[in-house]
Amino acid sequence: MSALLPATPMLGATTVDTAVFLIGAVIILAGAFGVVLSRNPVHAALNLVATLFGVAVLFVEQGANFLAAVQVIVYAGAIVVLFLFVIMFLGVDRLENLADEPLPAQRPMAVVLAVLALGGLMALGVEAHWAVGAHSVAGPVQGASGGDVGALGKAVFTTYLFPFEITAALLLIAVVGAVVLARRPTGQSSPPPDGDQAAADDGPAGTLAAEEAAAAAAVEELPSEEVVR
Amino acid sequence: MSVPGAWFLALGAVLFAVGALGLLVRRNVLVMFMCIELMLNAANLTLVTFARMLNDVGGQALVFFVLVVAAAEVVVGLGLVVAIFRRRRDATADDLHILKG
Repeated sequence: MSALLPATPMLGATTVDTAVFLIGAVIILAGAFGVVLSRNPVHAALNLVATLFGVAVLFVEQGANFLAAVQVIVYAGAIVVLFLFVIMFLGVDRLENLADEPLPAQRPMAVVLAVLALGGLMALGVEAHWAVGAHSVAGPVQGASGGDVGALGKAVFTTYLFPFEITAALLLIAVVGAVVLARRPTGQSSPPPDGDQAAADDGPAGTLAAEEAAAAAAVEELPSEEVVR
Repeated sequence: MSVPGAWFLALGAVLFAVGALGLLVRRNVLVMFMCIELMLNAANLTLVTFARMLNDVGGQALVFFVLVVAAAEVVVGLGLVVAIFRRRRDATADDLHILKG
């Protein structure tokens, strides 16, 4: 087996590491171009899932195992499902004519700006050597007790405790905001769906589930309103 | 010895540029949101790469917070899309010029 997979010093990396990186990069870029070029929003969402999985693979390759799991669970499991909910319930999953562009200068300008952004980022990476700056007070990843999960948990619950609590408030605000935006305006005949209240009562502990419930409640309102009209 | 961090940084830059291109080119609001997610993922990949290069868990903690903010942003954004769609039967960015003064 060692003859099949020799540890060739290919830019200092082993063959397996290089292969994982290249496959992950291909998945990521194919998914990203799929999102940009898909005519159907549902296909764009599925291509987004491919990109998110590729990023999770590269997280694992860099030793961020917990973040890879969270990436798959939260992004692919909750956020993309939310996208698909909204796409399908709004009924916008019809094909879009990509050749139709009312602003003639939009696409050349967009390409120029994207190439400029890419060139600027690459130049910064080459010139600035950002990865030699001072370390934070959060501690190392490698060598920490409990691996990356232990190091990340210790950092989040000690050094970054206050931002962590703020995110709880942020999620609660987002849930309340989604419910307020999705509410039917007062004065209409039919009562609001009871899903709103259930989502509003949920605390930060079940926020992701509450967010999904809020979005589901938001999109479920649409068909009944068509009946009212 | 693993893959050099510069490769990951270059991939993150390319992914960010593709997301920005999609955000500028597409007119469907939902697809524009997906392109914002692409850009956030490029930033996350860069942060994890720096966390590995510097052996510093601060980068990974920042990715954690970016995930939370992305979830909140998607919820509020999709709520806005639903609210707009209820008034106008379309989700195209060009049709939202009604906010013009």
